Amino acid sequence: MSTDVKSIPLGEEKLQQRKSERQKFEQQTTSANGIKLPIYMDNHATTPMDPRVLEEMLPYFMEKFGNAASRNHSFGWVGEEGVETARERVAKLIGATTKEIIFTSGATESDNLAIKGVAEMYKEKGNHIITAVTEHKAVLDTCKRLEKYGYRVTYMPVQKDGLVDLDELKRTLNDKTILVTIMAANNEIGVLQPIAEIGKLCRERGVIFHSDATQAVGKIPIDVTKQNIDVMSISAHKMYGPKGVGALYVRRKNPRVQISAIIDGGGHERGMRSGTLNVPGIVGLGKACAICMEEMPKESCHLAGMRNRLRDKIMGGLDEVYINGSWEHRLPGNLNISFAYVEGESLLMGINDIAVSSGSACTSATLEPSYVLKALGTGDDLAHSSIRFGIGRFNTEAEVDYVAERVVETVSRLRELSPLYEMAKEGVDLKNVKWAAE
Amino acid sequence: MAYSDKVLDHYSNPRNVGSLDKSSQEVGTGLVGAPECGDVMKLQIKVNPQTNIIEDAKFKTFGCGSAIASSSLATEWVKGKTVDEALQIKNTEIVKELSLPPVKIHCSVLAEDAIRAAIHDWKKKQDVSKPATVEAR
Repeated sequence: MSTDVKSIPLGEEKLQQRKSERQKFEQQTTSANGIKLPIYMDNHATTPMDPRVLEEMLPYFMEKFGNAASRNHSFGWVGEEGVETARERVAKLIGATTKEIIFTSGATESDNLAIKGVAEMYKEKGNHIITAVTEHKAVLDTCKRLEKYGYRVTYMPVQKDGLVDLDELKRTLNDKTILVTIMAANNEIGVLQPIAEIGKLCRERGVIFHSDATQAVGKIPIDVTKQNIDVMSISAHKMYGPKGVGALYVRRKNPRVQISAIIDGGGHERGMRSGTLNVPGIVGLGKACAICMEEMPKESCHLAGMRNRLRDKIMGGLDEVYINGSWEHRLPGNLNISFAYVEGESLLMGINDIAVSSGSACTSATLEPSYVLKALGTGDDLAHSSIRFGIGRFNTEAEVDYVAERVVETVSRLRELSPLYEMAKEGVDLKNVKWAAE
Repeated sequence: MAYSDKVLDHYSNPRNVGSLDKSSQEVGTGLVGAPECGDVMKLQIKVNPQTNIIEDAKFKTFGCGSAIASSSLATEWVKGKTVDEALQIKNTEIVKELSLPPVKIHCSVLAEDAIRAAIHDWKKKQDVSKPATVEAR
């Protein structure tokens, strides 16, 4: 969740340490009731690849290795065919046409290309961009960089449930606004923004609407036409596809949206994204989209069912558990909850046979609790106590039951250890305590 | 986050968890940290008034595994020491014993603060009680 990813080369000692941690993790094999451990329930961070996706990709590494841009021989044509099939599948999933799909290296690049590309292309028209404080860093940090180049950015607050206030958005739009960028589904709390309404509003005002739909595509129905989305970021590895590949949807008509490239070169992808195409990755993205298209109605019901089961079991076993963000407008596989009086990292340590994320400061490099939870008005204390469960395609009900049991047991144990729980039970109002460290 | 075996041991089997009667004359209570910062430690000591030896110590901690381990270790270390000896415990010794990484040093600082706060509270009780007893005569 608040994964502050700093991917720097590790020293020898660090590598050894990681290796031994991994071995410890892998040693935990099977639990009493036949569940394979550890359990992966962090599907917002990434998803395991669907075997059907891998199968589709494999020929494109060896036999069908051609450069999709080679126009003079069959090797190239075969590669191109793979790419174009994928383009059709991506387009179909989101209600777009093939010419509107630009392949990229992932959603971070797509966000950068969308925001910087629109800002550059429309700078004569205006210099104002609107986004929200709960966006992914790929959007926020891109906007921050544009501020250095003279753009004005409004970071809209969100309401207690995590949703953007449409009236406030209306008031924030002005003559200089060229772009509104609001995510479809939040990566921490799974909250779904009213993108159709935002899209409609932007269309009426002639403002381009970009949505980072990394967490949403393949999980919930997205239709760029019905929802008036002009530019949209897509990632493969959040929907059981491979890492390192994504796409950007760019509207071609009603209205035609133009973006400036940020990577120049051979003019691939209609000049919007140069660089030899990652053919196997793109084929994988396409297959992942096709599977999602086919299975979404059934899968979303199934995931929501398991998610609700997890919630019910946890809430049945513990008091003072709080769900972060809107329950109603939420991704089917997401559950983000705070366990009062228990610190998130210590909870993760107790359930170390389950892979989930915490909004606790201790799990991030910055020692700041989740900025998303803070934006909802969740106190820092509850932000430190939060856990994000991301249920995915390959989780089972037996796993959900095991996770719920382990969580209830560990939280109960840690509360017995918590001075805050003791004080609260004695009737002390923790808000009125004068804490030494403040 | 990587944990040393000692941190894992204290986390899984914390020593001296619990509470002492904070209104008792012989008990000193230290409550340090803040929920907003993600760490709160309560450390209590029971001191023999004749010998000034800490006969019992208990803790409860809201915090990460390293915070739990630091306070658990602190209770082990103060037990059997005189209050003056206990005041000599340095956070750096806790860091060393538990092999805490740099980002977790604040946990050891908090544990040292908790020891000091508990002793301070106990001393305050002793200072107050003396003149009060005189007056009562």
